[in-house]
Amino acid sequence: MENVVAPKKSLRNISDTNLLLIITIVVFVFMYAMAIICLGSGFLKPQNFFNILNENASLIILSCGMSLVMITGGIDISVGQVTALVCMSCAVLLDKSGGNVVTSICLAVAIGLAFGIVQGTLVAYLEIQPFIVSLAGLFFAKGMTTIVNANPFNVEHKAFVAMRSTRIEIPFMGSYNKKGMYIPAYIEIGVVVAIVVVILLFCLLRWTRIGRNFYAVGGNALSARLLGINVKKTKFIAHLLCSVLAGIGGYVYFMHVGSGSPSHADGAEMNAIASSIIGGTLLTGGVGNIVGTFFGVLSLSTIKNIVSSLGLDEAWWTNITVAFMLCLFLLIQSLVLRRKAGAKK
Amino acid sequence: MTSSRPLSKKPFVQKLIAVTRMQLFIPVMALLLLVIFNLIADPSFFAIKLGYNSANQPVLSGYLITILDYGSELAILAIGMTLVTSASGGQDISVGASIAIAGSVILKVLCGNESRPDHMKAPIIVAFLVACLVAMLFGAFNGSLVAFFKIQPMVATLILFTAGRSIAAWINNNELPIIAEPEFSYFGTFIPGIPIPTPVFIAAACMLIIFLALKFTNLGLYSQAVGINPHSSRLNGINPAVVKLITYMILGLCVAVVGLIKVSRISTINYSVVAKDIEMDAILAVALGGNSLGGGKFSMPASIMGAYIIQFLTTTLYKFNVDSTALPAYKAVVVIILVVLSAPVVREKINQLKKSSSKKSVKEAA
Repeated sequence: MENVVAPKKSLRNISDTNLLLIITIVVFVFMYAMAIICLGSGFLKPQNFFNILNENASLIILSCGMSLVMITGGIDISVGQVTALVCMSCAVLLDKSGGNVVTSICLAVAIGLAFGIVQGTLVAYLEIQPFIVSLAGLFFAKGMTTIVNANPFNVEHKAFVAMRSTRIEIPFMGSYNKKGMYIPAYIEIGVVVAIVVVILLFCLLRWTRIGRNFYAVGGNALSARLLGINVKKTKFIAHLLCSVLAGIGGYVYFMHVGSGSPSHADGAEMNAIASSIIGGTLLTGGVGNIVGTFFGVLSLSTIKNIVSSLGLDEAWWTNITVAFMLCLFLLIQSLVLRRKAGAKK
Repeated sequence: MTSSRPLSKKPFVQKLIAVTRMQLFIPVMALLLLVIFNLIADPSFFAIKLGYNSANQPVLSGYLITILDYGSELAILAIGMTLVTSASGGQDISVGASIAIAGSVILKVLCGNESRPDHMKAPIIVAFLVACLVAMLFGAFNGSLVAFFKIQPMVATLILFTAGRSIAAWINNNELPIIAEPEFSYFGTFIPGIPIPTPVFIAAACMLIIFLALKFTNLGLYSQAVGINPHSSRLNGINPAVVKLITYMILGLCVAVVGLIKVSRISTINYSVVAKDIEMDAILAVALGGNSLGGGKFSMPASIMGAYIIQFLTTTLYKFNVDSTALPAYKAVVVIILVVLSAPVVREKINQLKKSSSKKSVKEAA
């Protein structure tokens, strides 16, 4: 399983992946509990938690894709701008070119697929550094978004608006407002998509050959090759999956905001990387977990929520706390890596 | 590869291969392509005019001057970025955010707590030195994460990338101080009486300093040694952590210089826009120069040339009325072409093709 790259199980009998996962979950639970204790009422409502999911469904999908690539030792910084491109293209297709919902979904996946094939080929088969390739991808998507349409606008396509305003109610989780009216808790369609993606990828990484190949290639590409794993193909698939997920995540984002704009999902790639890191994925590759990434996104958005409910409304506090949290988790990772180095000696 | 076979029969082909393998080959070719393209499309691109600005001072204007002017900022950053890339095998993506911080510090020192002071509160040199100090501190923060905690540079600098612009806004309480005195704008525009933009001189000074530093100190040797193999360089008595830290602090210094130019250009600052995406351009400059982004050997002139080529490309695109927001798409296509051409796999293929074709011609001749 994921112990492929774990250190010897002598005294330290938890693998890196599990240790980092446990740290992430503990931090998230601790943070949420502290928020409930210190900030009270708002965080007690289940809807508050569901809102975090609603707002971050696309980020969850993007981060999952990012984790896949990071596990194989690569990186893809184009996902945020691909999201913006998907939003804009789908918006134009729906409102100006007379497309319907199904074609717009196909378009979103196709954009992801196109980016995946090009970037995957360049990274895996031409052996160009993933950072540079996806940097060019980021630039390209950014420029294309404004070439498709430069001005932001809201989509008024009826079927689409009906779909994006669909709310799935969760029984027994609702709350009563001040007048005593019952307000049911709800999630958006995007959350269902995100959870399906998380479950599918979790199974992929845990129980399939290609999933184990990801860990092996990221842990040590040379020995993976000696074991008979097709390293290039594995890397290609990881980048392909990441970009396709960026396409799907882009559509989920599109459903959440319901508009196209060049400034959509600005910096989402950095949030996705941060979530993956907080979730215990090492950028050196070989270590990571989709469940951890899921909790990474939740931790990141919980801390943002906490900061804004503390009354620190100035925009800079959010960024500074996120950066601080990233710093903290990086230091933890660094210590874990040292443990690994110590175990080898 | 078949390169171990004696190829003395085909000196010309061999020479050709040797030329294509030279590091300056890619940047020179890129520059040539751009120049030829512009010559064909519109030769007036290369026209330089001597005009007078609003203050009735003689200034040179023209696309080439613009390239030199704005390319200089990039060239200064490329110097630091090359060293960082060489020593740590990664790139600093926080330079844009750090420029915002440095600019903000300069304005804070010059303006104090007023947003529109009549006079500067401190000499410019003091403000600049404070900015240098702050930028080097932030560089040291990045550097120590990379050097001592062994975090990948991209990720370590992600922290400052996320927080940098927020910190910059926080330093000045989100106000946008404006400096009215004309002396402050000399650094980013023109010094009265000299028709060449000042950033060109600043960049030239930086290049001279780095040239001397590389010539007379072990900076270049050490950073390359650390980049190629930190373990063996440690066995040779070099402390890899310290070398990495120093390269990040040098980059901090470069950032402070660019910060001064940036705020001087407009005499104020816009935290969310200043030096936006410049980190990407700086990294591309290093890559265009043919330097490995994985660390190790580097060529400083190639990087600096890469910086000016990026600016050349940007200006060319602007000239053809490409919308500034659509610019990245075109840049990306050019970058992909260049990177694909310089990829080792592709180069090998090209070389093989050349060899086989020359073999055929030899056979035919026989």
